[in-house]
Amino acid sequence: MQKIMVCLKRVVDYNVRIRVRPDGSGVITEGVKMSINPFDEIALEEALRIRERGEAKEVLVVSIGASQTQQQLRTGLAMGADRAILVEESDAVGPLTAARAFLALIEKEKPELVILGKQAIDDDNNQTGQMLAALWDRPQATFASKLELAGNQATVTREVDAGLEVIEFDLPAVVTTDLRLNEPRYVKLPEIMKAKRKPLDMTTLADLGVERAGSLRTLSCEAPTARGKGVMVENAQALVKMLQQRGLLS
Amino acid sequence: MTRILIVAEHDGSKLNPSTAKCVSCARGLDAEGIDIAVFANGGDDIAAQAARIDGVDRVLQIDRRENAAPLAAVLAPQIAALAEKYSHVLGPSTTFGKDVLPRAAALLGVGQVSDIMAIEGPRTFKRPIYAGNAIVTVEAPGDGVLVATVRIASFEAAGEAGAADIEKKTLDVELPAHTRYVELRSDRSDRPDLQTATRVISGGRALGSGENFDILYRLADKLGAAVGASRAAVDAGYVPNDMQVGQTGKIIAPELYIAVGISGAIQHLTGIKDAGTIVAINKDADAPIFEVADIGLVGNLFDIVPELEKLIGDRV
Ligand SMILES: Cc1cc2nc3c(=O)[nH]c(=O)nc-3n(C[C@H](O)[C@H](O)[C@H](O)COP(=O)(O)OP(=O)(O)OC[C@H]3O[C@@H](n4cnc5c(N)ncnc54)[C@H](O)[C@@H]3O)c2cc1C
Repeated sequence: MQKIMVCLKRVVDYNVRIRVRPDGSGVITEGVKMSINPFDEIALEEALRIRERGEAKEVLVVSIGASQTQQQLRTGLAMGADRAILVEESDAVGPLTAARAFLALIEKEKPELVILGKQAIDDDNNQTGQMLAALWDRPQATFASKLELAGNQATVTREVDAGLEVIEFDLPAVVTTDLRLNEPRYVKLPEIMKAKRKPLDMTTLADLGVERAGSLRTLSCEAPTARGKGVMVENAQALVKMLQQRGLLS
Repeated sequence: MTRILIVAEHDGSKLNPSTAKCVSCARGLDAEGIDIAVFANGGDDIAAQAARIDGVDRVLQIDRRENAAPLAAVLAPQIAALAEKYSHVLGPSTTFGKDVLPRAAALLGVGQVSDIMAIEGPRTFKRPIYAGNAIVTVEAPGDGVLVATVRIASFEAAGEAGAADIEKKTLDVELPAHTRYVELRSDRSDRPDLQTATRVISGGRALGSGENFDILYRLADKLGAAVGASRAAVDAGYVPNDMQVGQTGKIIAPELYIAVGISGAIQHLTGIKDAGTIVAINKDADAPIFEVADIGLVGNLFDIVPELEKLIGDRV
């Protein structure tokens, strides 16, 4: 295969403790650590491994976001991607708009495989890959924990509620990653230096001829209701007694 | 006019309880009509089960050979074809619904509301973001069909005293052949289903091995509980992936949740926020799980769990 396209989203790092803005307009993102969405990092790792096995020639990383998103694309290049494209948009885009933009990039770049995370850990939507596959009219293999390629076909093991589902499909296709697909590599310092010289092209939704669609309006944002303070018990006996008192054991 | 179509989830013979939870959500929308679509190869039994759910007007049975397995690429165009006559299309926020509904939404040219927790208006809903660390109220603008998934831990299943009509339907939709179902591998057990059990015991990395999970199974059997796990326990290979509870596993709402040797990472807590009572057993008094636990017990799980098993005996 010639090319794999990997979609990365810049998100608040998963270790950051999320705080809601006092005015209810969203969560605080100023001054917090930003990273590649962990699922997308797994997507990139998978693409790199496929290329390193000699099954693909080029790995292209793409993202949609504000100018600072170049940092995450540079990290992707340092991990080993060959090239990057940023669709620069300072306002957040919803999944359908993102899928439209990725489709426009697919039409230009003609990848045989697109890999992205099953969800972004900010909005937790779990939609973009599926929407992209629909608009592209190609197969989707979501929640992948194993991906095998054989010529212009692929087999994916999917993590589903009932266990592991195996599907087989023709390329080109969209694969979305689950956590157990692989463990992403660490970036080494020399790679970061090298990544600075790799190509990172900029474009916009307007340049791509993409109109926004399907966005939801956020009316308010609140912290979840906290659970009441609990009690500590000394031993197993006391625990059983307390469960009985609460009617949870007879 | 509010007319709602619900996409049924099933395994080829049994309707998944998530469907009756979607019906509860739909009933909160003051609908004039609630229909359930059953896509199956055959599917008479499943349609009959769907017809018994309270509040359902019609069950549409789309019996087609291609519908034998739940492939999104095959189901989405059929859902899109049915959607025209509805104001809302709902499905469960399970791996089935998460896979299929966004594909249908994109075919319809609309966005999707994922994980409805509460209804604020016909097109306004509450949903969790950032692993449940914030709750947003979102509105779907416009007047196109609204596609959404329902966070099943947020709704009680509708009752089963209904008698809806069952209508067989043939859809003139061309289906792709580019995706083929191979198999489902699952460790079938007689234990209660994790997503619907009223009691759940989960084990974490601290269990140390698959064999050690036996002490949890024995206690679970005494309690009639389902057994779950943290991601660390699944990653370590102690138990299969379908037991993972949390942001990227199952979101559950049992009456009683017992976390054994689980530290309480936010991604795990996301999955249990709606539990009635959370019990934590951990040897580290500073473990974050104690911040959310209703009842905490500091100690070695390898002493406490067998003791609990003895104490509980057959008293359940
Ligand atoms: C994007 C993303 C998504 C994730 N999704 C999920 C998810 O869906 N579900 C999930 O669970 N995690 C998820 N995680 C992982 C999560 O961050 C934690 O790493 C994981 O939950 C830790 O599992 P654990 O509590 O079993 O292990 P640990 O954090 O290692 O905790 C083990 C605990 O056991 C206690 N312990 C050790 N020995 C004993 C003993 N003998 N007796 C009693 N207690 C003992 C220790 O004190 C400790 O608190 C996700 C992470 C990321 C980045």
